[in-house]
Amino acid sequence: MASKAPRHEMPCQDPIVRGKNFSEVALGYTTETAIEEAKRCVQCKKPKCVEGCPVNVSIPQFIEKVAEGEFLEAAKILKTKNTLPAVCGRVCPQESQCESKCLLGIKGESVAIGRLERFVADYEMANGTGKFAKPTPSGKKVAIIGAGPAGLTCAAELAREGHAVTVFEALHVAGGVLMYGIPEFRLPKAIVQKEISSLKDMGVEILVNQVVGKVTSVQELMESGYDAVFIGTGAGLPYFMNIPGENLNGVYSANEFLTRSNLMKAYNFPANATPVKVGEQVAVLGGGNVAMDAARTALRLGAKDVYIVYRRSMTELPARAEEVHHAEEEGIQFKILTNPVQINGDENGNVKSMTCLRYELGEPDASGRRKPVPIEGSEFELPVQTVVVSIGQGPNPLVTTTTKGLALNKHGNIAADENTMATSIPGVYAGGDIVTGAATVILAMGAGKTAAASINEYLKTK
Amino acid sequence: MYSVVKRRQLSDTIVLLEVAAPAVAQKAKPGEFVIVRQNEDSERIPLTIMDFSSEKGTITIVIQEVGYSSALITRMQEGDAFIDFVGPLGQATEIENYGTVLCVGGGVGIAPVHPIARGLKEAGNKVISVLGARNKELLILEEEMRAASDEVVITTDDGSYGMKGFVTHGIQSVLDKGVKIDAIWAIGPVIMMKSVANFTRPLGIKTIVSMNPVMVDGTGMCGACRLDVGGETKFACVDGPEFDAHKVDFDLAMKRSVFFRNEEAAAYHQVKCQCEKEGK
Ligand SMILES: Cc1cc2nc3c(=O)[nH]c(=O)nc-3n(C[C@H](O)[C@H](O)[C@H](O)COP(=O)(O)OP(=O)(O)OC[C@H]3O[C@@H](n4cnc5c(N)ncnc54)[C@H](O)[C@@H]3O)c2cc1C
Ligand code: SF4
Ligand code: FES
Repeated sequence: MASKAPRHEMPCQDPIVRGKNFSEVALGYTTETAIEEAKRCVQCKKPKCVEGCPVNVSIPQFIEKVAEGEFLEAAKILKTKNTLPAVCGRVCPQESQCESKCLLGIKGESVAIGRLERFVADYEMANGTGKFAKPTPSGKKVAIIGAGPAGLTCAAELAREGHAVTVFEALHVAGGVLMYGIPEFRLPKAIVQKEISSLKDMGVEILVNQVVGKVTSVQELMESGYDAVFIGTGAGLPYFMNIPGENLNGVYSANEFLTRSNLMKAYNFPANATPVKVGEQVAVLGGGNVAMDAARTALRLGAKDVYIVYRRSMTELPARAEEVHHAEEEGIQFKILTNPVQINGDENGNVKSMTCLRYELGEPDASGRRKPVPIEGSEFELPVQTVVVSIGQGPNPLVTTTTKGLALNKHGNIAADENTMATSIPGVYAGGDIVTGAATVILAMGAGKTAAASINEYLKTK
Repeated sequence: MYSVVKRRQLSDTIVLLEVAAPAVAQKAKPGEFVIVRQNEDSERIPLTIMDFSSEKGTITIVIQEVGYSSALITRMQEGDAFIDFVGPLGQATEIENYGTVLCVGGGVGIAPVHPIARGLKEAGNKVISVLGARNKELLILEEEMRAASDEVVITTDDGSYGMKGFVTHGIQSVLDKGVKIDAIWAIGPVIMMKSVANFTRPLGIKTIVSMNPVMVDGTGMCGACRLDVGGETKFACVDGPEFDAHKVDFDLAMKRSVFFRNEEAAAYHQVKCQCEKEGK
């Protein structure tokens, strides 16, 4: 009964229009399109897509329910494996996960699993009851540090088992990168908060404004009656280029730029009191997803020319193809094989230009990618008033340096067992970006889930 | 919610607020700061702690109205509450027995000097405080500083109270008496901290300043608070806020502090109009 229709496109806001607003770019499937798309699934006996999903969502089962129009049933199936489906449906790199394994993808186009996931989650948010059966209390207490996808998933899984879970979050809202990093136009903050409120309905307690390492510590939490601790503090420490002029006015880390715009809603200044300023010409340094988000945000804040400045070529851009495509459609300009050597300022210390070098690709390096080498005498000046440094983030040391006996790797990430997420301290587990370095939402969620299973076993021994 | 349990008007534009924040008060130490948000739409702004009491569960802050966000806070009354109040943040002052120490505070900078002076005195130091203000009306916390110090020198720019002159003149007057100073803490406007640093550099006196740059998260996540200290980039919120005064690039700090001046002025204008309309 599988339909032979081609993969259904995602309706999107017009690129010219959306370049001036912060509303969501992708508009979502209608019920008809969702059913049509779901009918393309051939219901494999041994579904490969499920293997491609880090949390093993029962993909054919939920898609079957969509095809039957039983959307709330579909949501139920989805939610047994994935606590934040409305988020994952929007930000998962499906093309390299579930959809890359889809049977239909071998000969043609894979089923649009991510879009269906999003549809089902949104449908449930609008029409579901959101009721959870409260499990019997286990009498055990668990502290979760960090309310990003890793911490929230771990919290939800443990709450399902009846443990009393408290999440300690440093910022004034829960969500981690979902709230401060990923822009409103890709992931509406109201959606993130709705997903989080359903965790609260499950009995998860979330305490904001709690900087662990300052107001309390892992050790104090253990001493004050928590039976286990999960650390999911993410990769929150911005890297800079270490070139002259980086402390000039108008140079932001991507974290600062995006936090001002997303978390603090600076795009709505002055109604929201946090300002953010962009010049007519903006350079974003780096080629990852974070760089694409920063560039597209700068455009929406009113910049005329937004440049992605990247050392290698288009084929090496680490950002998702879909994000690069959206950025190009909106008019973001790619200055590839280019690298800044210095940022230049005026007499008031404001950025006025960037001195750059052109590069060419040489021999492959250790990563297997062709190494960019500077072209001699190719120096040129790029007039810009704003520079957003988006070359990666490292682990924030607030928790790791205040926790005695916690083993770290050479990059300062927490060393955790891959299969159990256990750290060097009994009863303390860790997962997400703080363990792997900056990765993805779904990998962080997978780690949170694995840790929850281990913690559950550990609590039985106590 | 973090409610204001006590409010005291210290001058025309300067207000002291004692705020219920038991968890923060439990942990607070001299030199640390908090980040507050007045309401759902407010900025996150850093304020250095003026006093703390773990028994009462309160943190005391002092704030001067200089723009939109500070104006919202100085207008708060007893019973009003902050929506967010995070802390304690930053590295605490290295309190030990140095011998004779000078605690220099200029303007609202006297407030954060207060717990440092008290801590240093409790640690056995002889504490001489030098307090500077533009005029008598703007001099705050004199009584509290007298209680926290062994000696107090006051300077005003216009000579309306104490010595006429700047805090550097006050420091000179202490030196003139033949006092050997082992360390100095100086907190106030960046320009004042710069003059103190320039004054003590040739004398080789260990001098510490507390920097208060623009911040967003206050946990090392954004880098908005970066400073140049001895040629290295430091994040004031996690590496500081206290730094060796002789290594800080104050000129850079001054330039960075005015980046959003136009935006702030626009927002301030808005709140003033609003308050006038409401008759506040
Ligand atoms: C701009 C941007 C865009 C991205 N886009 C995508 C995308 O499209 N798809 C995708 O899959 N991934 C994307 N990622 C990556 C993804 O967001 C992260 O991999 C994921 O959020 C990691 O989850 P986490 O729970 O480990 O950490 P985080 O989301 O970083 O959450 C950590 C939480 O811990 C809190 N915390 C930190 N220190 C403390 C402390 N001392 N005490 C208490 N709390 C603390 C933080 O405030 C934060 O809330 C993006 C990242 C960024 C920055
Ligand atoms: S969670 Fe991500 S990988 Fe898993 S099915 Fe959904 S979109 Fe695919
Ligand atoms: S305020 Fe964000 S890093 Fe210091």
